[in-house]
Amino acid sequence: MKRAGFSTRWLPILLLLPQLSIILIFFYWPAAHAVKSSFYLQDPFGFGETFVGMKNYTSLLKSSAYLRSAQFTVIFTLLVTILSLSLALLLAVKADKVIKGAKAYRTLLMWVYAVAPPVAGVIGLVLFDQTWGPLKDFFGLFGWDFRLGVNYFDTAFAMVVVSVWKQLPVNFIFFLSGLQSIPKSVREAALIDNRSASGRFWDVTFPLLAPTAFFLLIINITYALFDTFGIIDTVVKGEPSNNPMTLVYRVYVDGFRGNDLGGSSAQSVVLMVLVLALTVFQFRMVERRIHYT
Amino acid sequence: MKHLSFVSAAALALVANTAFAETEITWWHAMGGKLGDTVNQIAADFNASQDEYTITPVFKGSYEETLTAGIAAFRAGEQPNIMQVFDAGAATVIGAKGATVPVQDLLEANGVEFDINDYISGVRYFYADADGKMIGMPFNSSSPIMYFNVDALAAAGVEAPKTWEEFETVTAPALVAAGYIPLAESHSPWIFVENFMSRHNLPFATNDNGYTGVDTQILVNSDELKMHWTNVKEWLDEGYFGWYGASWDDNQAPFEEGKVALWMGSSGSFGGLMQKDLPFEFSATYLPYWESITTEPTQTFIGGASLFAMAGQSDEENAATAAFFDYLTSPEVQYMWHRETGYVPITTAAYEMAKADGHYDRFPAAEVGIQQLSLASGENTKGYRLGFYVQIRDVMNREFGRILTGETSVDDAFATIETEANELLSRFAMTQG
Repeated sequence: MKRAGFSTRWLPILLLLPQLSIILIFFYWPAAHAVKSSFYLQDPFGFGETFVGMKNYTSLLKSSAYLRSAQFTVIFTLLVTILSLSLALLLAVKADKVIKGAKAYRTLLMWVYAVAPPVAGVIGLVLFDQTWGPLKDFFGLFGWDFRLGVNYFDTAFAMVVVSVWKQLPVNFIFFLSGLQSIPKSVREAALIDNRSASGRFWDVTFPLLAPTAFFLLIINITYALFDTFGIIDTVVKGEPSNNPMTLVYRVYVDGFRGNDLGGSSAQSVVLMVLVLALTVFQFRMVERRIHYT
Repeated sequence: MKHLSFVSAAALALVANTAFAETEITWWHAMGGKLGDTVNQIAADFNASQDEYTITPVFKGSYEETLTAGIAAFRAGEQPNIMQVFDAGAATVIGAKGATVPVQDLLEANGVEFDINDYISGVRYFYADADGKMIGMPFNSSSPIMYFNVDALAAAGVEAPKTWEEFETVTAPALVAAGYIPLAESHSPWIFVENFMSRHNLPFATNDNGYTGVDTQILVNSDELKMHWTNVKEWLDEGYFGWYGASWDDNQAPFEEGKVALWMGSSGSFGGLMQKDLPFEFSATYLPYWESITTEPTQTFIGGASLFAMAGQSDEENAATAAFFDYLTSPEVQYMWHRETGYVPITTAAYEMAKADGHYDRFPAAEVGIQQLSLASGENTKGYRLGFYVQIRDVMNREFGRILTGETSVDDAFATIETEANELLSRFAMTQG
């Protein structure tokens, strides 16, 4: 096989340079800076600082509030990812079968995609409000005294519902196009082999959807970990109090609201390591079992 | 033609600007909505009152966002001339010596007469250093006061309570019988901790409430505070107290709807309440105190925010800042600010002017804040200076929420607040190293 290549050594480097410098300036340099400041306690104006070694990290591990946030983040991420993926898959499978009015139906499912997270949060606030929210009245019918912003569980519930709702359309779009790209011949062949619709789905359709599902899994985990920030900020109205918050929101609370640069840098480094570990795990463990066509 | 006139107008403006060579200064603030309109009005009036200086107010979001934006700008060498900093951020900005020019020095250096005793006593020392030198200029100063629904109290046949004992035994049961939720409040750390300490003249932290050093320990794990919070939780369970989360507005709304009879908020809430045209008559009075703790209740101290002159500006710009501060503290401007917003006037002269104008005959509730700030003082009533105080308030809010939702006990909550607050204070001390 003929190997394509550049005639000079410098041209490829030159062509790579813009991309590399963007990565260096906007990713590696701030990341290195965060690692450095996580070992210091620093006056936000930059006048005084003390080297404290690992103290910022050890005090995180000792803080029950931080560990509570970490625990919440894990549960929140799992719930948001699993619920939004499975519901979107269900909707996509059903939408795939619709013949009449398919476009209108699909558009209705997709429009939420255009809603910005803080706006989604505001819509959630309106629906779940503790005095006049319609959903609060609905829950009241079942004897659930739902109070957003007062009870930890109720606020967590609202956060999960709004986050899942916001993420559904993205997953729906990908699953639907994934389903539509499965060749008709394969489906027809499956129809001969297996009469059970659910059996056909799990044995034939789902494995063929696996590349899409795997991609969405990563997208959804990062969404739940990071992009839900706007929703959480709106739901807790900037005053987390006894309500749950994710680790990313805590970085903001301690760093930007509280001006604790060292402590919040340590928190960011922890998140950085977490994401790194997650990525390695996903590609090593999961990617192996997925077959791309 | 239209286009041409626009160009010529722009050219004219340019000429006008260079002709006078006005010194331009900027003012970053956190006053949105109606407060922001009043801030813009003050700036416009100042610009019209003389032709040497031009001030441009810029709204930067919440108090926290304004402070963070100011810090980032300072580190980039792009700081505004004046930055508004709220009470909880005072330790951060005052601790960073070299970030600001003490307002007292700034005024004196520019030939503006300054006497700290012109300021009313509850306002005077909150933003001062340990020696009593004023570092930040108090601007929107407020104090927590208790608003009450006059119709509700009349229906229940009671007066606004002076003491918590009276509230517990007389006021609350009568209000419940009349179909009201007796009490709500909008800021637990501010009203039920900081000003609780001041009202009872109890020490809030070591080192003279943190003014004389950074190796400070917080003193909230006290019998008095725990007694109060034990009662608050009991009141909640008995229906004497309503709690709607940590959000300010969520606690104010039930009062405005006429469900809650007594609501503790800011004296600065007055302007907003007046504007809303509530379906009932309201008034205000002092925060109640516990007779079991003291029989001589003392003053509260200010909340709200102050203006800091940022360092690193030219002498001309500093002169402009000083001129603006001079203008801002004039009785006329202070009275206008007080009248429009409900924030207290910060000088005695402005207070006298409001009195002489009959402002308090028309609106008696408008005077409560300043009267409460002018009550007898004590050694623990000038305020506090605590680092990472935004996070300490977050810890308090969290633990109070957990007490009120039954997740933790009062003893455990205050032990947690003490441990975490002291950890934060010692971390802050290290940032100053």
